[in-house]
Amino acid sequence: MRGNDPMGGARYVALPYPRTTHILAYLLRRLAILILSLFIAAVILFVLLRLLPGDPANALLGVGATEAQIAAARAQVGSDQPLVVQFLAFIGNLARFDLGQSFVSKAGVLAEIGNRMSVTAPLTLLGFVVAIAIALPLGIVAGVRGDRWYGAAISVVSQLGIAIPVFWLGILIVTIFAINLKLFPSGGFPLKGWANFGEAAVAMVLPVLTVALVIAASLLRYVRSATQDVIGSDSIRTARALGSSFPEALVRHGLRNGAVPVISILGIELATTFLGAVVVEKVYALPGLGSMLLLAIQQRDYPNVQGVLFISTLLVLLIGFAADLLQRLVDPRLRGRSST
Amino acid sequence: MSLIHHRALVAAILLGSVAFAPLAMAQDYDANATIRIGSLYEPQNLDNTAGAGQGINEAFNGNVYEALFQLTDAGTVVPQLVESYSASDDGLTYTFKLKPGVTFHSGDPLTAADVKYSIERVTAETSKSSRKKSLSSITGIETPDDQTVVITLSARSISLPYNLSYVWIVNDKATDITATEDGTGPYTLGEWRRGSALALARFDKYWGTAPTNGEVVYTYFTDATALNNALLTNAVDVITSVQSPDSLAQFQGNPAYTVSNGASTTKELLAWNDRVAPFDNVKVRKALARATDKKKLLNAIWGDYGTLIGSFVPPTDPWYVDLTGVDPYDVEGAKALLAEAGYPNGFEFTLDTPDYDPHPIVAQFLQAEYAKVGVKVNINIITANEWYEKIYKAHDFQATLQEHVNHRDIVFYGNPDFYWGYNNPDVVKLIADAESATSEADQVAKLTEANKLIAEDAASNWLYLYPQIVVSAANVTGYPVNGLNSQFFAYGIKKAK
Repeated sequence: MRGNDPMGGARYVALPYPRTTHILAYLLRRLAILILSLFIAAVILFVLLRLLPGDPANALLGVGATEAQIAAARAQVGSDQPLVVQFLAFIGNLARFDLGQSFVSKAGVLAEIGNRMSVTAPLTLLGFVVAIAIALPLGIVAGVRGDRWYGAAISVVSQLGIAIPVFWLGILIVTIFAINLKLFPSGGFPLKGWANFGEAAVAMVLPVLTVALVIAASLLRYVRSATQDVIGSDSIRTARALGSSFPEALVRHGLRNGAVPVISILGIELATTFLGAVVVEKVYALPGLGSMLLLAIQQRDYPNVQGVLFISTLLVLLIGFAADLLQRLVDPRLRGRSST
Repeated sequence: MSLIHHRALVAAILLGSVAFAPLAMAQDYDANATIRIGSLYEPQNLDNTAGAGQGINEAFNGNVYEALFQLTDAGTVVPQLVESYSASDDGLTYTFKLKPGVTFHSGDPLTAADVKYSIERVTAETSKSSRKKSLSSITGIETPDDQTVVITLSARSISLPYNLSYVWIVNDKATDITATEDGTGPYTLGEWRRGSALALARFDKYWGTAPTNGEVVYTYFTDATALNNALLTNAVDVITSVQSPDSLAQFQGNPAYTVSNGASTTKELLAWNDRVAPFDNVKVRKALARATDKKKLLNAIWGDYGTLIGSFVPPTDPWYVDLTGVDPYDVEGAKALLAEAGYPNGFEFTLDTPDYDPHPIVAQFLQAEYAKVGVKVNINIITANEWYEKIYKAHDFQATLQEHVNHRDIVFYGNPDFYWGYNNPDVVKLIADAESATSEADQVAKLTEANKLIAEDAASNWLYLYPQIVVSAANVTGYPVNGLNSQFFAYGIKKAK
């Protein structure tokens, strides 16, 4: 039946309930899953950090501390309390979004995360947008024209892009654009941050490019295979049979169908980008969330480690949620199905 | 000593030690220049008694905060906020007269009460200062008037002025100095962005000689390559301490850069547990010292940089003498000594090796070296935390590798309870007596003697002294090259116009 319908069958899907109720129920269920996942993540976080060898109190004191000092430090960080008490305090604080204060810097964790986010968020999002801008057209070309030399060339180059480690690509880009061509700074971020907009924007160019190239390489392959699937699908063939030109058929019917798998990949890729920004931040000496996390781990600064991991987990879950929602909006067939 | 003289003296010492840097003519520099300093050591907060790390000493010592005395880059101790001082005949009471006309950045005048507050901040129960112990002989601090501080001691302490050089003088009205500051130094804290950079602005009401630049920005990196790139692309003017010898090639022989080779105080040490067999035997320790080709090791790790040492004392400590000839590299001699000690066929031991650079490479080198004299080394890689628990606290080890960063730390050999368990009553007495010496000459004589004894005993195997390498753009001069106590005085740095 679908095969005879140029709209890809969408209008024939019968909804058992009025649409709003359905979406509401779906949203509630999805939200419950989100909160449950967050709780499980918090438990894992708590347990993992406590399984690490060594007492965070030692990190505060360094070599030469007396037993009395260590005891005082334990009381200060709460590591002298029973695990259950520590856990309840931890969950209670999370629920109130109170992420505490860094052991080492004494700065509020949430405020510092916000500060770091002003670097990591634009880096991730811009990198992601640029990656899509590169991967979508090239991926479609590679999918549609896989039999031509340029289609094949795109596939080969993207394969290469996946094989290159991020930090190496970063060093390569710095060497070419910063050290040899002297077009952009090799790293760093202005002291006044985005208040110094021009300088901050220039500082972001190479990191964003690095992030974008890495994601674009893997994204491109998904776009290409989704395109190939769509080309061979009934809807395109039918549209062509009904007289649409190939590009017209592709744009009107193919994109929408191809978008569904690509959106779920995009969600995963965005989350990966956000987490992978750690490496790029290190190469470019950017004061982002990644450098905060790395330092906090080295110093056993539990509040900072917990805070960054918790917020990252939350963001990754939210991205997944958003991708899922978006998929449903694009493909009405999914609306009636359960989300898991 | 007047303040002018004092600054001039420091400047002379600084200039004298910048042997590699071409000196800019005085009138050639830009007095309002911004000096951009690249560093790997970001301070975690702004309080040196609250676990801020070595980065805070680098940024703030002498720049933002001053002390009663200053440890210069050449390793001498000179009065800073002290106009004059005297000690009673029994050496138990010190009277310090403060310099007049000194103000804090907030505008408050420096008073004796601030000094008392500042010393007590370091000795407080909650303080995490590494210098806390060295001030433990202080029993009382009196402030008879605003310009006078009287310190009483439980025992003579010739090192008191030196130890006070680690005590920042902070305004007693300052609040929250983990995130703000109120010192007396030539710079005030400007913009600060965690994870990125910290700016110091020239303090116009500074009591002493004004800095030779207008502003200083410390930019922090976690990756050494990124830091080097910043210098190559003119994003920073100077790197405080290069830690990767491989990266020097891009600066050496390039006229656009100056590479200095200063003397650090960081010693790479193969510490024996002197309590346990076979390392309780002096002959075994001397044999293995002789079986170590330290020159080859240093060259393998640092190329042409770094210094060979014959004991725990670096050249910037006043009791340094060259002791590299005590146990020279001599494989045959080592074998003979081992046979004399009752180990003609060698033995086997476990070397607890911290898992970070350069220790694992050093351990492999030693393994190969000692195989030549029939001694088998089992390398056991451990984390920094395990090192602290197993070795430092429990003394449960045969031998270990560690880097010791402190200045004037020979005193550890006078403490038989220290992790390496070296116990020579003569050394213990000399080190204790040196602290209660009546003159610096006497102190130096006693510690020099102790230094020779620990070398004769081969108490540990002192492998080499790390270099302190500062790389700068060629148009920047006047920075400290030794970086003692991680200090990086910025007020003398000049940028050519």
